[in-house]
Amino acid sequence: MSESAEELEAHESEKEFKELLTFFLAGEEYGVDILRVQEIKGWDSVTNIPNTPEYIRGVINIRGAIVPIIDMRLRFMLEMKEYDATTVVIILNVVSKGNADRIMGVVVDAVSDVYNVPVNDVKASPDFGTAVDTEFVTGLATIDEKMIIVLDIDHMLNAAELAVVDKMTE
Amino acid sequence: MSIDLEQFHETFFEESFEGLDIMESGLLELEQGEVDLENINTIFRSAHSIKGGSGTFGFSAVAEFTHDMETLLDQMRNGERQVSVSVVEILLGSVDVLRNMLNAIRDGSEIDVDSVAETTVAIKGILGQENTVADSVTEQTSEAAAKGWIVHFAPFIDIMKTGNDTVRLIRELKSLAEKTEVTVNSDSLPLLSELEPENCYQSWVINLIGADISEEDIREVFAWVDDECDLKIEALAEEADYIGPERRDDDRRQKPPERRNTERRSTKSAESSSIRVNISKVDELINMVGELVITQSMLSRFGDQEEFTQATIERLKDGLSQLEGHTRELQESVMRVRMMPISFAFQRFPRLVHDLSSTFNKKIELIVTGEGTELDKTVLEKIGDPLVHLVRNSLDHGIESPADRVKAGKSETGVIELSAFHQGGNIVIQIKDDGAGLNKNKILSKAKEKGLVSQDERMPDDQVYDLIFRPGFSTADVVSDVSGRGVGMDVVRRNIRELGGAVEVKSTPGEGSVFTIRLPLTLAILDGQLVGIGDETYILPVISIIESLQVKTENINAVAGNAEVYRLRDEYIPIVRLYKIFGIKPVSTDLKNGLLVVVEAEGKKIAIYVDDLLGQQQVVIKSLETNFKKIEGLSGATILGDGTVALIIDIAGLIDLYQKDMASSVVSIKGAAA
Repeated sequence: MSESAEELEAHESEKEFKELLTFFLAGEEYGVDILRVQEIKGWDSVTNIPNTPEYIRGVINIRGAIVPIIDMRLRFMLEMKEYDATTVVIILNVVSKGNADRIMGVVVDAVSDVYNVPVNDVKASPDFGTAVDTEFVTGLATIDEKMIIVLDIDHMLNAAELAVVDKMTE
Repeated sequence: MSIDLEQFHETFFEESFEGLDIMESGLLELEQGEVDLENINTIFRSAHSIKGGSGTFGFSAVAEFTHDMETLLDQMRNGERQVSVSVVEILLGSVDVLRNMLNAIRDGSEIDVDSVAETTVAIKGILGQENTVADSVTEQTSEAAAKGWIVHFAPFIDIMKTGNDTVRLIRELKSLAEKTEVTVNSDSLPLLSELEPENCYQSWVINLIGADISEEDIREVFAWVDDECDLKIEALAEEADYIGPERRDDDRRQKPPERRNTERRSTKSAESSSIRVNISKVDELINMVGELVITQSMLSRFGDQEEFTQATIERLKDGLSQLEGHTRELQESVMRVRMMPISFAFQRFPRLVHDLSSTFNKKIELIVTGEGTELDKTVLEKIGDPLVHLVRNSLDHGIESPADRVKAGKSETGVIELSAFHQGGNIVIQIKDDGAGLNKNKILSKAKEKGLVSQDERMPDDQVYDLIFRPGFSTADVVSDVSGRGVGMDVVRRNIRELGGAVEVKSTPGEGSVFTIRLPLTLAILDGQLVGIGDETYILPVISIIESLQVKTENINAVAGNAEVYRLRDEYIPIVRLYKIFGIKPVSTDLKNGLLVVVEAEGKKIAIYVDDLLGQQQVVIKSLETNFKKIEGLSGATILGDGTVALIIDIAGLIDLYQKDMASSVVSIKGAAA
């Protein structure tokens, strides 16, 4: 972030920026659109929901709303890690086509940072082995020599939900 | 000064739809031969206010259309036209067209111009003024050639009380004409001492001189006071005959009527976002809030207390219990605001039965009772479609044709009874017909054919009747547009279950069937029994609990080695180990250490094994579907006093789950044996 404020402004006029909140999951850094983040909270106990896949940890109460919590490690079949002091739940607004917006929480190892990324700098992801299905990846962004995987949370969390339905109808 | 009329649209639509309903029920009464002047007047008034409102809001298509209806109704009202079945049919049709038009305007979609034109032609046909276009054009010109008009305007005495200003009307007339001569007739003006300042005693004769004034323009000025004055408009030039208000330039008339099968009703369910509340309910709320404030101020005194003595603690306790009472009452009053009489759902049935009975050539009398029964608005809106389906079903399958009925020694006219009443914290809606009853053998053979039951299976009557609620089941020989597609009854049951209710059917061959729907009073609050299973807390609806008991080992019986049943007095009740079905680690798996809660849903009983009973409380139901999805066996979740979430068990769903679980274990045993 060596650019001065004026330079940034000059850029802003020709480029579209997107702010990303990034978090760690099994050593990789992922980013989500910060406008979708409703809040970040520490891990607390949840109420289990019977007959749902393991990655759906349960539901919690967020100011009167019943919000499902999804463990990202379990969702992508990564090795399970004990929840510790840095474990957080990111509460996200999920937009799904034809339905009202929903609120869901994801459990991640730790939150990292907030970056301002020009939209054009988010490159399409090559088909390579990140832990997360490339299907759910919007693209890759490079910030300070680091690679950030930008997630398509709408797709991911709707798919996660769909997966449950499949399982139940089997 | 401009007022944003948009803000009144919602109200206009609401009132118009109400008006349409009034017209519809009035017309149906007319059709049954009860020619009552008051009734015709009511219909006329509804049409009139729809016309007035739509004119104000600039929905000219609606206003134009209603105008013709109004003319026809006016003739009926004045006794100039005989009330006949055909006229009523056309008026009923126009009510439909009008409703579609209003729906279209509200939703911003296209108005079905063809059906409007078609009905307009039909009405004009009756009015006997199906003028050719050329004629009306010439007449229009001759009319325009008139030098002016004489308007006799004699308002009724209380016109000003309705907010109308005669001076404003005259001023408006003046703006139309080039020159105006106004003569006032103040003969009926009383002595000053007897004069009521709010009354209007005068009448006027206004000469409007100007070449391009149409009669329509003049009538427009008086549109709002039409039924509050005697109005006579004469052409000034020649002593023209009274020209009725029917003549208007309606270019749609030129279109040839096209026959089209239009949907009679918009399929969109009109779930309105606003609610009309009786003022007494609001007053009740205000009273409750007042009480609450008093209790609160009493309690807040304790906050200032330096130290607590035994006496203050007693008083604090009293205050808290008062607070609890008030909170509960307030909650109930708020719930009552959402309650609406079921007549909103029932009122469409006279029309439906009327239409369908002619489709099926059956004679049917509809008896509706308990329209005043109130239930939650959400429930009310969602129960409409299942009810329509059940009534159609009774009409189609239940009631026999007149010939068959006579053969069976019944009266030609079948009776469908629609009733609603309270029963033990539930709302019960019954649809009863005196038809042939369900055909047990037909249902069984159909079920066997579809593979819903095995070939040699025997089951009690109630279970046979219950089969009609299975997906893909229909016994209708011919698929009609009303029923017989096999998507009916299972959807009915599913919808009712979604509302937390249940539906069952009882039938006597030759005497008819009764469909009974049970619905909770409200969807928002439930009396819950908290139960503990392992570390989890679940909530059972108190209403479905029959009893809770400690297990006596000698009463446990194993059936076929797998299923367990508990003998309770003379009944054998399946034991459902909830921890097994929900995959929870329980405190103990030994039935002796826990409790059985006997619950009932849709006539089936199960005994749920839980570790502990934790207490009862009212819980606010939150949907799991808002942010997640429907989970089988759960009807929702709630937030407990400590902020954690507890899940609410849906008993009917749990029974289904249990039966599936049993079936799959039977299959696996069979599989292992083979």
